[in-house]
Amino acid sequence: MPIAALTGSRIRERRVLAGMRQADLAARAGMSASYLNLIEHNRRRVGGDALTRLADALGLDPALLAGRAQDGLIEDLRNAVAGGPSESGAELDRVEDFLGHFPGWAGLLAGQHQRLSQLERAVEALNDRMTHDPHLSATLHDLLSALSAVRATAGILAETEDIDPHYRKRFHANLHSDAERLAAGAEALVAYLDTSDKPDERLALPQEEFEAWLSVWGWHLSEVETGNESALEAEILGLPSAASRVLARAWVAQAAADAAVLPLAAFQAALQELGADPALLAARFGSGLLPVFRRLAMLPGSRFGLVVCDGSGTITFRKAVADFALPRFGAACPLWPIYTALSRPMSAVSAIVETAGRMAQRFGVQAYCQVTHAGGFGGIELREAAMLIWPVVGTETAALAIGSTCRICPRGACAARREPSILSDAV
Amino acid sequence: MSRCSNGLLTAVAFDLIVWAGVRGEAIVPHVLLIEDEPNIAEAIRFVLARDGWHVSVLAQGTGAVAEVARLRPDLVILDLMLPGMSGLEIVGLLRADPATQELPVMMLTAKGLERDRDAAKRAGVSLFMTKPFANADVVAQARGLVGL
Repeated sequence: MPIAALTGSRIRERRVLAGMRQADLAARAGMSASYLNLIEHNRRRVGGDALTRLADALGLDPALLAGRAQDGLIEDLRNAVAGGPSESGAELDRVEDFLGHFPGWAGLLAGQHQRLSQLERAVEALNDRMTHDPHLSATLHDLLSALSAVRATAGILAETEDIDPHYRKRFHANLHSDAERLAAGAEALVAYLDTSDKPDERLALPQEEFEAWLSVWGWHLSEVETGNESALEAEILGLPSAASRVLARAWVAQAAADAAVLPLAAFQAALQELGADPALLAARFGSGLLPVFRRLAMLPGSRFGLVVCDGSGTITFRKAVADFALPRFGAACPLWPIYTALSRPMSAVSAIVETAGRMAQRFGVQAYCQVTHAGGFGGIELREAAMLIWPVVGTETAALAIGSTCRICPRGACAARREPSILSDAV
Repeated sequence: MSRCSNGLLTAVAFDLIVWAGVRGEAIVPHVLLIEDEPNIAEAIRFVLARDGWHVSVLAQGTGAVAEVARLRPDLVILDLMLPGMSGLEIVGLLRADPATQELPVMMLTAKGLERDRDAAKRAGVSLFMTKPFANADVVAQARGLVGL
């Protein structure tokens, strides 16, 4: 597997760089030189304790040695291939080699892919506006008509030397009326563009803008705890789009409601006493489960990641946790327990899951789906599911094998696959 | 003061035809201009008349096909968006009639979008010009379409 391959090569590179002999490093890391030799030549997988000891001996961060720090970058590079032409000829099976040998170029490529995606979305948004915005379309049409008349009339006046005085007068008058029309049209256009969202700032999705905003606050809004959430309005106004401001306001209102039911100090005390069991905590405060989920994920310095989805399965909120890849766009892996919860409202769903990364990581997850009835008993049923995610280590329990999203998932034989992966070993 | 009276139109057209005759051009090509923007219509009429054309002007799409049948022009210049009937509809009707199947049609429009251009091509437009156009281009293309 190419996964272990790079780790072994990386250990070898680092050892040579440090001017250490194989036997020296093996001795320091408490393993036989022949075993280290196998590792360095990628004949043995290395992880866990052995990797930590090798990293210590080399004076390096184990994550760096395992290349885990680059997982996000690998994901981005795979996305770049997925978004590129179908027969781009990019050597996907060697993406880790590429990253290992040319980290600068790889970073540049991943960065450009991100920028490209942003620009594509901006173009789409603008195109939508041109095509579907009747006001803009009519205004532009009017401006072009006036401009045509001005150009044609001015052309006549400039190019016709022997023009009849009567005609000259007429065309001058036409020019004047068209210039007035042009000025009024331009003014209307400027006013229109000024009041709507500035298109060049609509590069990210509103949800991304909102999540980036919340992450700047460490996902915890202390103003909400002190009942001072109105002070946040000034910050919300700094968000780049009207849509992201709406999301932020809704979130702040919800956080305030959560804080009222689950006051910070009392919640933290209960957490100490009962542990992070959402059902026990909810029972203690007489609250719903989803407020407890949100509270757990949004505590200062919380180790929990959180995803929330609506009844269609669309992810409406993402707080990432390290090494658990959340898809930036589109739907997530159908095996995520959040979807199990979505199909079984009001049931507690717990699982240990294993990601499909190069170094498979295990996470504990708890998911729950809450139902509300908008418009009363005869109204529509709304489902909202949430999933808490936290890293687990040293568990021997069988884990549910999940991915991020099919397009970039290496699990070839997955029964839940909805589209082929771009990773060659999965097809 | 956006449009001259019919009387003036006729008088000027007559003057220009005489003037074209003085230049020794035996054939006076006849163009029907269908354009609802009076100032644009006036400007195009002026430059084409000065180039030696007999120019008739119609300000709306309604009745365009009947006008073509009555005037039997050598060329039709029309806008895409017209009151009453769109330029595309007019071209479609002209192409459906054997008498006007081959009639050169130039479409002027402020909507230079690709899909409008495609629609115009499918409808059978001979030439597509995007506003704002240059007077000299309109004249040159009009001449090209009637083989002058």
